[in-house]
Amino acid sequence: MEPLKLPAIDYVALAPMLILFGVACVGIVVEGLVPRSSRHPVQLGLAFLGIIAAFVMVIVSHGKRLVTIGGAVAVDGPTLFLQGAILVLGAVSLMLIGERSIEKGGAFVSQAAITVGSQKDLRQASQQPGATEVYPLTIFALGGMLLFVSANDLLTMFVALEVFSLPLYLLCALARRRRLLSQEAALKYFLLGSYASAFFLFGVALIYGFSGGIRLSDVHAGVANPKQSEVLLYAGIALLAIGLLFKAALAPFHVWTPDVYQGAPTPITALMAACTKVAAFGALLRILYVAFEGVRWDFQPVLGVVAVLTMLVGAVLAVTQTDMKRLLAYSSIANAGYLMVGVLALNKEGLSSTMFYLVAYGFSVLAAFGIVTLVRDADGEATHLSRWAGLGRKSPLFAATFTFILLAFAGIPLTSGFTSKFAVFGAAVEGGQTWLVIFGVITSMLIAFPYLRVVVMLWLSEPGESTPTVSIPGFLTSAALAIGVIATLALGVVPGPLIDLTQDAAQFVR
Amino acid sequence: MEYAHATGTLSGIWLLVAIPLASAAVLLLLGKRADKWGHWLGVLAVAASFVLGLVFFISLAGLDADKRSAELSMWDFISVGGLHVDFGILFDPLSGVFVLLITGVGSLIHLYAVGYMEHDPGRRKFFGYFNLFVAAMLLLVLGNNYVMLYFGWEGVGLASYLLISFWYNRPSAATAGKKAFLMNRVGDAGLAVGIFLMFATLGTTQYQEVFNGLGSLSATTVLVLGILLLLGAAGKSGQFPLQAWLPDAMEGPTPVSALIHAATMVTAGVYLIARSNYIFSANSTLQIIVVSVGALTLLMGCIIGAAKDDIKRVLAWSTVSQIGYMFLGVGLGGGAYALAIIHLLAHGFFKANMFLGAGSVMHGMHDQVDIRRFGGLSKYMRWTWLTFMMGWLAIIGIFPFSGFFSKDPIIEAAYSRDDWTAWLFGTLALIGAALTAFYMTRLFVLTFHGPERYTEENKHPHESPFIMTIPLMLLALGSIVAGYLLSTSIPDWLEPVTGSGEGEPVMAKWLITTLTLALSIGGALFAWSLFRRGTALQEQPAGVVVTAARRNLYTDAFNEAVFERPGIYLTRALVYLDNKGIDGIVNGIAAGIGGSSGRLRRLQTGFVRSYALSMLTGAVLVVGAFLAIQLGWLA
Repeated sequence: MEPLKLPAIDYVALAPMLILFGVACVGIVVEGLVPRSSRHPVQLGLAFLGIIAAFVMVIVSHGKRLVTIGGAVAVDGPTLFLQGAILVLGAVSLMLIGERSIEKGGAFVSQAAITVGSQKDLRQASQQPGATEVYPLTIFALGGMLLFVSANDLLTMFVALEVFSLPLYLLCALARRRRLLSQEAALKYFLLGSYASAFFLFGVALIYGFSGGIRLSDVHAGVANPKQSEVLLYAGIALLAIGLLFKAALAPFHVWTPDVYQGAPTPITALMAACTKVAAFGALLRILYVAFEGVRWDFQPVLGVVAVLTMLVGAVLAVTQTDMKRLLAYSSIANAGYLMVGVLALNKEGLSSTMFYLVAYGFSVLAAFGIVTLVRDADGEATHLSRWAGLGRKSPLFAATFTFILLAFAGIPLTSGFTSKFAVFGAAVEGGQTWLVIFGVITSMLIAFPYLRVVVMLWLSEPGESTPTVSIPGFLTSAALAIGVIATLALGVVPGPLIDLTQDAAQFVR
Repeated sequence: MEYAHATGTLSGIWLLVAIPLASAAVLLLLGKRADKWGHWLGVLAVAASFVLGLVFFISLAGLDADKRSAELSMWDFISVGGLHVDFGILFDPLSGVFVLLITGVGSLIHLYAVGYMEHDPGRRKFFGYFNLFVAAMLLLVLGNNYVMLYFGWEGVGLASYLLISFWYNRPSAATAGKKAFLMNRVGDAGLAVGIFLMFATLGTTQYQEVFNGLGSLSATTVLVLGILLLLGAAGKSGQFPLQAWLPDAMEGPTPVSALIHAATMVTAGVYLIARSNYIFSANSTLQIIVVSVGALTLLMGCIIGAAKDDIKRVLAWSTVSQIGYMFLGVGLGGGAYALAIIHLLAHGFFKANMFLGAGSVMHGMHDQVDIRRFGGLSKYMRWTWLTFMMGWLAIIGIFPFSGFFSKDPIIEAAYSRDDWTAWLFGTLALIGAALTAFYMTRLFVLTFHGPERYTEENKHPHESPFIMTIPLMLLALGSIVAGYLLSTSIPDWLEPVTGSGEGEPVMAKWLITTLTLALSIGGALFAWSLFRRGTALQEQPAGVVVTAARRNLYTDAFNEAVFERPGIYLTRALVYLDNKGIDGIVNGIAAGIGGSSGRLRRLQTGFVRSYALSMLTGAVLVVGAFLAIQLGWLA
C-alpha cells in the first residue's frame, strides 16, 4: 500500500477563509461562555476583528497566483479581488446587522421557530433582545462566499455553496417584525435553494462523467479533447449554470428574489444583495472563463438570452412594484442582467468590468437598504411606496441621500451606476456582443423610470397624515450609509484607480 | 482636425460649469436656511457664468482662426481595455456661442423668475433645479467627447423632468412629466447605443478622434451611427416622431418653458448634429433623412399650432416648428450649419421673449391660458404688449427683425440643393413661413387686440412688476437686432467648426426673399382679418383638417396604439407570468401589510410550488437550448 501523500498547502493563501471559519467557531463558543448582557458587543467586535484580519491576509497575498490544497482552491487575481470585495461589503453589512439603536434589541429575534402570534412570540418580538448568533452565522456565510469564489473544483464549489447558503436561510427567518413573512421567506429560500443546489450537483455529476475530473483544469482539458458524448457536457453546463443563475437571481430563476428580499430582515437583505451577488458572479466567472472557455461560443447565446430576459423582467416589473424592498429586489434582478452582459463579453475587460460593477453596485445597494431600515412607523419599517411620499419635506438629508442612490441605480452620470454600466457595456461591445448592449441600454432607460418616480414622490408630494418618521441612525448605520454614498460618488467621478485594480487582477489561474 | 490645448485665461473654462453646479448644491442642500436669499444666489451664479463666458469668448476670438479652440483634459475618467474616456472640456467657436446663449438668456430668465415665482413656497428649490439645469446644459455643450455630452444630456433631462413635475399637485403636470421622460428616454437610448457603436467601430468617443477616424468606416456604419444620433437629437428637440412630449411639457412654470423648452435644452439636438457635422456630411442619405425630419416637423408644428387655443401650447408647437427649420438647416450641410445656428440663437431670444411675455399675461390674468378668453390686453399691459410684438414680428420674419435674417437664408439654402429636392424642401419651408405668420398673428391678435372676452375672475388685468418686464425689454431688444448682428458675424466665426460653402438657389435670391416676405405678410393679414373681431368662446365644430390639427394630427393616438398599448400588455403579461396564475402582487402586498395568517398559508404553498415549476420550466428550456446547440453543431 502506498503511503498517503498529503497535498501541499499554502496556509497564507488560505488564511482569510481559515480566519473567518475560526472566528465563527469562536463566536459559537462565546454564545455559551459570555453572559447574555455583554454578548452583543463581544460578538460584534469579534466579527469585525475577524473580517479585518481576513482582509489584511487578502492584502498580504496580493500578487499570488497558485493552486493549493490538492487543486481544491485557486488563489489568483480575481479570487483576491473578489474576496476583498466580499470582506469590505460584508463589513459594511455587518454595520447594518449590528445596529441596535434604531429598534430595541436590534432587527432580529432570538428564536426563529416559535409559533407566530403566540404569547411567547409576541413577547420576544416586543421585548427580548435579538439573537447574537447572527454574527457567527454571518461570518460563516462570508467564509463560505470566500471559498466559493476561490473554489477550483466543482465539489469544493458545491460545498462552499451550501456553507454560505445555510446560514443565510436561517438569518432570513429572524426578522423582528412581520414574523410570518420572514419565516415564509426563509422556507421559500431554503426549498428553492435546495432545489437549485440539486441541479448544480447533477451538473457536477454529468461534467465528471464527461471529463473524468472535477477540477476546473481537468474539465478544461476534457472540453479540448472530448472522450465522451458531448451531450453530457452541454447538459452539465446547463445544470451547473442553473445552480449559479439561481444564486445570482437571473431570470427565469429569479422568482424567489422579491419574496425573500421582502421577508428577510433588511440588514440580511442588504448582505444578500451585495455579498451573495459578488460570490455568485465570482463563481460563475470562474466556471465559464476557466472550465468552459473552449465552448464559449456555444454557451454564449443561451446565457445571452438569459441576460436579456433578466434585464427585461427586472426593468419591466420594477415599474409595477409598490413596495420599496420589492422594488429594490427587481432592481437587483435587472442589475444581475447587466452583470451578465459583462460576464458574456468573455474577455479580460469583461472580467475586470464585471468585478468593478459588483463592487460599485454592492456599495450602492447597501446604502439603499440601510435607508430602508430607517423609515419606520409603529409597525416597524414602512416599506410601502406610498408611505414614502413627501419624505423630502420631513427629512431632507435622508431623502437627498436616497435620491442620490436612486440616481446611481438609474445610471445617471457622475455616479458609480453610470461608470459601472458603461464599463460592462463597453467590454461587451469589445467582445462583439453589441446586441446585449442594445438591450442593456434600452432596459436601463426603462428602469430609470421607477427610480425617478420615487424621487419625484419623495420631493414633490405633500407628506400625508401617515408619513412615517425617519429614525435617527446610530453610529453603525450612519457609517454604513456614509461609506455607501461616498463610494457611489467616488466610483462615479474617479473610477480610475479601482478600474486599474480590477484590470491588474483580471487573470485567472488554471 | 485638431483641437488646441487650453492655455492662459482659457484654462479656467471649467469654472463655467462649476459655478452654477456649486450654487445648485448650496440651494438644494442648505434647505430652508437659504429661503431668504437663495433666489439671488441662483441669479448671481448664472450671471457670473455669463461674464466668465464673455471673457473666454473674447480671449478665444483673440486666437488665430485655425487654432481657435481650447481643450482642457481634467482627468482620466474611464479606461477599460481599449476604451478611454477623458473628463475633458472643449471651448471652441460652436460651444462658445452656446455658452453665451445659455448663460445670457439664462440670466434674464432667472431674473424674471425671481418675480414670477415670488409667491411660490418652493422658490428656492426651483432655483436649485434651475441652476442644476444650467450646469448640465453647459456640460452638454462644453464636453470634448460624446460621453461628456451624454452626461449633460442626462442631466438636462433629469432637471427638465423635475421642473415639469414641479407643480406636482396638478395631475396633468405629473402625466406630462412622465410623457417627457419616456419620450426622451427613447431618444437617449438611441444616443447611448450610438456612442457604443462609435466605441465598437472607432474605439473612441473623443470628438477629435471620432471625426478623424470616420474615413475608415463603411457607408452603412456611418448611416446607422447618424440615425442613432438623430434619434437622440429628435427626442431632445421634439422632432418627428418624438415631438409629442414638448407641448405637454408646458405644464411646468413659465420660466421653465422659456429657458428649457424654448431657448436652450430643446436645441441640444441641433447642437448634437452641428457638432457631429463630420458624420452627417459624410453620408448624403443621412442628410436627406435629417432634412425630411426637419421639413415634416416644421409643417406639423405650424398646422397643429394654428388649431390650439392655449397660449403656451401655441408657442410650444411654434418651437417644434422653428426647431424643424434648424434641423432643415443642419441637414442641408455645408454653410447651412451656420445658418441653423444663427436661427437657433435668434430663436433663443425671440422665443424666450414671447414665452416670458405669455407668462406675464398669465401673471396678470390669474393663470388663464386660453387665448379665447383674452383680447384687448394691449391697453392694460403696455410693456408686455410692445415686447411681445417684437417677438411676433421676429418669428414671422418681417424685415428688419431678427427672424428675417435667420429664417430667410435657410429657405434660400433649401432652394439651393442640387437636384429636384431643392423645389420640394424649399417650397415646404416657404409654406411653413406663411403658416407661421398666420398662427402667430392669430395668437397675437386674439391676446392683445379685439374685444375683451375675460372670465369673471379676470376682470382686471394688470401689468407685471419691473423685475419681470425688464428682462422682457432686453429680450425684445435681442429680437430686433440679434438677427442682423448674428447673420453678419456667425458664418465666419463658425467656419473652422462647421465648414462653409453654399450652392446657387434654383431661383434668384431676391425672388425668394420677396416671396417669403409676401407670403408672411399675406398670412399675417389673413389672420388679422379673421380674428380682429375676436373668436368664439368655445370650440366650434370644424372640418377634417382642423379637427386633425386639434388632435395633434393623431400622433398621440398613433403613439398610444403602437407603443403604449403593447407596453401595457407586455407589462401585464410579464406580471402574469411572474406570478403564475396567482394574483400574487395583490396578495403579496396584502399579506405583507398584515393579512390574515390563513391567507398567508395558502399563498405560501401556492407560491413555492409555482416558483419551483417556473424554475423547472426554465431549467428544461436552458438544458434544451444547450442540447439544441450541440445537435446543431453536430449536424
